[in-house]
Amino acid sequence: MIPAFPNAMPVEGFIGGLLIGLAAAIMLLGLGRIAGVSGLAARATGIADTGAPRNVAIAFVLGLPLGAFPIARLLGTVEVSFPASVWPLIIGGLLVGYGTRLGSGCTSGHGVCGLSRLSPRSMVATGMFMTSGFVTVGLLRAGGWL
Amino acid sequence: MNRTLIALLSGLLFGAGLAYSGMSDPARVQAFLDLFGKWDPTLAFVMGGAIVPMAFAWMIKSRLSSPLAAPAFDLPGTAKLDRPLAVGAILFGMGWGIAGLCPGPALADLAIAPVAVLPFVAAMLVGMAAQRFIPVSSK
Repeated sequence: MIPAFPNAMPVEGFIGGLLIGLAAAIMLLGLGRIAGVSGLAARATGIADTGAPRNVAIAFVLGLPLGAFPIARLLGTVEVSFPASVWPLIIGGLLVGYGTRLGSGCTSGHGVCGLSRLSPRSMVATGMFMTSGFVTVGLLRAGGWL
Repeated sequence: MNRTLIALLSGLLFGAGLAYSGMSDPARVQAFLDLFGKWDPTLAFVMGGAIVPMAFAWMIKSRLSSPLAAPAFDLPGTAKLDRPLAVGAILFGMGWGIAGLCPGPALADLAIAPVAVLPFVAAMLVGMAAQRFIPVSSK
């Protein structure tokens, strides 16, 4: 626990992060691909017609909930709290879907895989979506929405 | 080893990591972006943790001529900085802040809070499909 931030989970966050990085390393060294969730999700659903082989994309995407489930069940510590209204989820979902395809990646592809590769493209994208997120939430707070 | 199984193993570990790290909670992710509210730095520890194995993986990759279980590396370019990249990242960041969700945690939440996350996942797939038909010029 960090005294100034009582809700923070630095240890769980770091360990969970190591698992995510290990997962991405298996994808890179095993299959020679980026573990980018937005790209693999578009490929798994058939929205994208190029990219990873279909079976690879489908298996990875199915693995996400199947891997999260036992952690949530066994540890019983996974708290999730969603916005009270459905509108932030719908508007947010549309923007995330459109934006990640247009920008060729999300937190996993540009953030985890691209930053660790020191890719200029991913460093710019990550800097921009982080800044955009900070500004957006700052505006929501200033407007009294949070 | 079978490629489908390797991809499944990667997805399983990725999903487990998202749930264990607290990143499956939209409120926690939004709190990371909430610099003027009750800021929660957890996401920074997750990113830091994830980059460690990947930094080693890129070093190992540079010594391999091909991946261990596929014929060749198939990796995106790293240099091009264009308008779709910038506009896409800005729109993604807006949606990420509004909902507190990005694609990985949203899909992982299908096992943790399926009813709550379904509107986001459905809208995300609509947004992804829409991008094919409403492009942004690269100039």
